[in-house]
Amino acid sequence: MRLTCPLCGERDRREFYYYGAEDYLHRPGEGASLAEWDSYLHLRDNVAGVVRDLWYHEAGCAQWLVVTRNTVTHEISGVELVAERAK
Amino acid sequence: MRYSGLKVITEGLFGNRGWTPAWRDPAPKAEYDVIIIGGGGHGLSTAYYLAKNHGITNVAVLEKGYLGGGNVGRNTTIVRANYFLPGNSEFYSHSLKLWEGLEAELNYNVMHSQRGLINLFHSDGQRDAFVRRGNAMINQGDDAILLDRDGVREHLPYLDFDNTRFPIYGGLLHPRGGTARHDAVAWGYARGADRRGVDLIQNCEVTGIDIQGGKVVGVQTTRGAIRARRVGIVVAGRSSQVAAMAGMRLPIESHVLQAFVTEGLKPVINHVVSFGMGHFYISQSDKGGLVFGGDLDFYASYAARGNLPMVEHVMEAGMTLMPMIGRAKVLRSWGGIMDMTPDGSPIIDRTHVEGLFIDCGWNYGGFKAVPASGWCMAHLMATGEPHEVARKFRLDRFATGHLLDEEGTGSQHNLH
Repeated sequence: MRLTCPLCGERDRREFYYYGAEDYLHRPGEGASLAEWDSYLHLRDNVAGVVRDLWYHEAGCAQWLVVTRNTVTHEISGVELVAERAK
Repeated sequence: MRYSGLKVITEGLFGNRGWTPAWRDPAPKAEYDVIIIGGGGHGLSTAYYLAKNHGITNVAVLEKGYLGGGNVGRNTTIVRANYFLPGNSEFYSHSLKLWEGLEAELNYNVMHSQRGLINLFHSDGQRDAFVRRGNAMINQGDDAILLDRDGVREHLPYLDFDNTRFPIYGGLLHPRGGTARHDAVAWGYARGADRRGVDLIQNCEVTGIDIQGGKVVGVQTTRGAIRARRVGIVVAGRSSQVAAMAGMRLPIESHVLQAFVTEGLKPVINHVVSFGMGHFYISQSDKGGLVFGGDLDFYASYAARGNLPMVEHVMEAGMTLMPMIGRAKVLRSWGGIMDMTPDGSPIIDRTHVEGLFIDCGWNYGGFKAVPASGWCMAHLMATGEPHEVARKFRLDRFATGHLLDEEGTGSQHNLH
């Protein structure tokens, strides 16, 4: 598996750390209920197909990335910077 | 038909013409008392114990492919009871006891071989952790023997004891640990369940779960609708998809775990051995192949194959520990889809829908749990109450904080 980092180009999977589903970007705000925290931390759609998840370019530019990929075929269709996305 | 040594001999003398299929191939009926979704190890053992322990025989097991075609046919066959935490410890202890009587129970040769399992340690800190684990195992009534370096050498003379980077300090021997023939476990339970009247229905994919007024009333399948007041979801890596049919979102992320087997060799590795400083464990099958594996690929995946970095890591770790295997040729590698929970422990519980139960989250350790998982899931579905040894495998424990984090690494999806 190779990921194309927007800053570094196409790199081996070993340079990246997988964090988990995109859900981690949607941290509950102050005063959120326990159910919202449980959902944020633990519950997942766990889709067999196209997903968006968070990867960290640990051995490269140290940027957090949102990777769009297919969990059945391992095909990668997009890699964006979390920083750019937040703008 | 009852199997016996005499039967094998007489059939051999008469051209093996007398064998009959081990189970029927029934068409689904319109209604059952209980439906089990998933015809793998856990689903089949659940059906077996529903019939055997609770007298509930009007049961259907619905399998979208063929029986035992999932993880029970794809694992590295290790059977052990070396858990530490209350909640896990009694459960796996119960499972190992069931394994020890399984062949007589099922009248089926599951080739359970208690060849001993040795977890190696390579530092003082690891030794302390294994002493503690061994004491927990002994307190549970199971067996554990702490081996020093020379003790390990007696059992495993072929390890690289000269390795200075990862010196072998000793190992924790679990004599009752070992391996079993993975497919045979599924087949044995399937045959046992069928003989007690359970309908095993293959090529029957569940496409929907029918719920009325908060109660389950049946399922939709590719072979039509089937009614039942009690339904169990026992589908391992596909748990999230089936649970979603009942409107649930599970604390599960499915990951791929790879395993490998070499060409057949003469007997050389007599135990199950795990390396403490890299992801590598190994045993030798009765056919002679070295069966070994490592850790997850560490990304969510439903592809039943992995990537090369973990292959490389496992091979490197194996060569570091036991250089003698370097000349064996790898015959094949494969991947299985693991239903990973945030704390690394399983779930056997009711759901928010009355009559709907779930048995999932077996992470990469489901094989050894097959007997006790079925035992406890059957108990839950028959009585409505969790079995004593599985009472901590709750679905809501992540929300309430009652975690079962055996590794002590935290409760987060990428940590186990």
